[in-house]
Amino acid sequence: MDFGGINPVILLASLMVASTPILLAALGEMVTEKSGVLNLGVEGMMITGAVCGFIAAVETGSPTLGFVAAAIGGMALSMLFGLLTQVFLTTQVPAGLALTLMGTGLASLLGQNYVGIKPPSLPDLHVPLLQDIPFIGPVVFQHDAVVYLSLFAVVAVWAFLKYTRAGLVLRAVGENHAAAHALGYKVKLVRFAAIGFGGAMAGLGGAYISLVRVPQWTDGITAGIGWIALAIVVFASWRAGRVLIGAYLFGGITVLQLNLQAAGAKVPVELLSMSPFLATIVVLVVISARRHGGTNAPAMLGRIFHTS
Amino acid sequence: MITFVKRPQPSKFWTIATPVLAVILTMILGGLLFAAMGKDPVVAIRTIFWDPLFNDQFAAYSRPQLLVKAAPLILIAIGLSLGFKAGIWNIGAEGQYIIGALTGASVGLALYPLDAWWIFPLMVIAGALGGFLWAMIPAILKTRFNTNEILVSLMLVYVAEQILASAALGFLRNPEGNGFPGSRNLSQIPAMSNPELISGTGAHWGVVAAFAAVVAAYVLINKHMLGFQIRLTGESPRAARFAGVKDRLLVVFCLGTAGALAGLAGLFEVTGPAGQISIDFGAGYGFTAIIVAFLGRLHPVGILLAGLLLALTFIGGELAQFMLGLPSAAIQVFQGMLLMILLAMDILVNYRVMIVNKEAA
Repeated sequence: MDFGGINPVILLASLMVASTPILLAALGEMVTEKSGVLNLGVEGMMITGAVCGFIAAVETGSPTLGFVAAAIGGMALSMLFGLLTQVFLTTQVPAGLALTLMGTGLASLLGQNYVGIKPPSLPDLHVPLLQDIPFIGPVVFQHDAVVYLSLFAVVAVWAFLKYTRAGLVLRAVGENHAAAHALGYKVKLVRFAAIGFGGAMAGLGGAYISLVRVPQWTDGITAGIGWIALAIVVFASWRAGRVLIGAYLFGGITVLQLNLQAAGAKVPVELLSMSPFLATIVVLVVISARRHGGTNAPAMLGRIFHTS
Repeated sequence: MITFVKRPQPSKFWTIATPVLAVILTMILGGLLFAAMGKDPVVAIRTIFWDPLFNDQFAAYSRPQLLVKAAPLILIAIGLSLGFKAGIWNIGAEGQYIIGALTGASVGLALYPLDAWWIFPLMVIAGALGGFLWAMIPAILKTRFNTNEILVSLMLVYVAEQILASAALGFLRNPEGNGFPGSRNLSQIPAMSNPELISGTGAHWGVVAAFAAVVAAYVLINKHMLGFQIRLTGESPRAARFAGVKDRLLVVFCLGTAGALAGLAGLFEVTGPAGQISIDFGAGYGFTAIIVAFLGRLHPVGILLAGLLLALTFIGGELAQFMLGLPSAAIQVFQGMLLMILLAMDILVNYRVMIVNKEAA
C-alpha cells in the first residue's frame, strides 16, 4: 500500500512522533498565556531542555531521567523570565527574546562535548490488544510513553482550566489581574507557576527532539519549532483541544515534506523545508482575518501587573 | 520592605547610567561564567574588551574589524529602534538582511561580466529594495489582516535561509567554481565590490551608510513630525489615534525602513567582508542587532555606541577563542546575559525604589 514511495502507516505513525514536541511546548505556552503572560522564549526553553535532557540521558543511561532533567532545565530558564517580568517588571516581548538568545547560547555551550553521541533510546510501549488492530494499531498504539503523556496532558490541561478552582483562578488572573488581586489572589505567584509550567513543558518538548525524534545533539536542533508552537497557541484560540489539532497539523506538514524529500519528489528541497513556516504564516493570516474585533486572547496578555 | 513606585517620567539619569552599569555587571557575571569553565576571568575579560583595541600584537588586525562588524549591527539596529519605539516588533531583521544581500547580488551577477560605474549603486538600490519588500510581507499582513508581526517576521527568517541555501547551491552558484557551493566572489569584481575606503580603518560604504543612518534617525526622531508620532504611538497608542496618527502608515513606515536598512547591511556585507553568497552567510547580525537597539536605549547615538561595543565582543570573542580556547557559544551567552541584565535594570528608569515600613504602609 504505497503512494509514490510513501507508506501511509509509517507516515501517520511518524506524524505522531513529529507532532509531540510541538504539542508539549504549545500546551505549556498556552497555560502561561492563559495567566496573562506572553513568553516569547519558547524556542530558548526548548533548546535548553533538549540539551539538558540529552546530557542527563547520556550520563545516567536513563531516558526517563533525561526527560526529568529537561523539564527542570526548561523550568529553570523560565524562572529567569519570571524574575524579569514579575519582579523587575520588564516588558514581556524583549524579555522573551532575551530568553531565546540566552537559551540558544547556553545550549550550544553545554552541548559542545556531546556532538555525535547516540543517546539511550526510549522503549516503545506496545498497548496490548489495541496494537494488533490492523492499520490503527501500528499508527496509534505502538509509541513511546511520552507520546501518550502528551495526549494525556491535553486532557489534563483542558480539565484543569475548565473544571478546577485553581484553573479558574489562573484564568481570572489572565483576564483581569486587578480584580483577581482585589479578591485576594496572589497574581504574581500564579503567574510564576504558569511560567514554570510552560518552561517545563517546553523543556520536555525539546528533549523529545534530541532524545527520540532526531536522536542526537546538534547546535540549533529545535530549528524554529518553538516559534511554531507560539503560532499554534494563536491558531488554537487558547483552547487545549485545538492546540492538539494545530500541533498534529504541523507535525503532518513536517513529516509529509520530509517524506517527499526522501521520496525524491520533483519539488525543490528548499521549498519543502520552508513549507512548515509558510504554512504557519498562512494559518496566522486566516485566523486573524476571520476574527473581526474580538479575539479569544486573555485580556491581560502581555500587560505588566504592578501594585504600589 | 522594598517597593517600587512608578515615576511620572522615566529618569534621565538612570536612562544613561543603566546601560553602563549593565555592561559592568555583565562583565562580572561573565567573568564568573568563564571562571566556571576553568578560564582565568581577568585574562578572559581583558582578551575580549582590551586586547582587540590596545594589544600591540593584535590591534593592527582587530581595530579595523571593529567598524566592519559594527556597521551592519548599527544599520539594522537603527531601523529596528524606530519600530520598537512605536511598539512594532520586527524580529525578522536577519531574514531582511539575507534577502537584501540576495537581491543585490543577483542584480550584480545578472550583469556579469559587464564593467560600469553604475553597477554597484544599482546593487545598493536592489539590496535596500529587497529588504524593504521582504519586510512588507509582515507589514501588509499586519495592516490588512491584523496578523501578529512578531511571528510572521520571525517565520520569514527561516524561509529566507532556505532561499539563501537554494541560491548558494543553485541559481547563484559560481559556474566556474568547480561545483563548490557559493556564488562568484563579488569583492573581487571591481564593478561590484565594496572596498575599504580608507586603508587600515575597515571603513567601507556600509560604515558610511551606518553613520548616515544614525544622523538621519536622530533628525527624524527629534525634529520631524513622523518621529514625534512614532514616540507618541509607543507611549500611548490611544492618544496617538486621537491625535490623528495613521497607525497603519506607521507600521508600513517602521517595518519598511527597518527592512531597507537591513537589506543595505546585507548588500554591503556580501559585496565586502563576506565577499560571496554562501550557505552560512546569515551570521546572526539581525538578532544581535536587537540587543544593540535595546542597549542603545533606542536612541541613535546610544545605538552607535552599543553597536561598537557588541562588535567588540564579537572580535574579542574570536580572539579569546583563538588564545584561550573559549568556545564561541560563551560569547553568545554573554550577549544574552547583557540584554537580560539591562532589561532587569530598566526598573530603575521607570520606578523609584523606596523602602517602606510595613506597619506604616
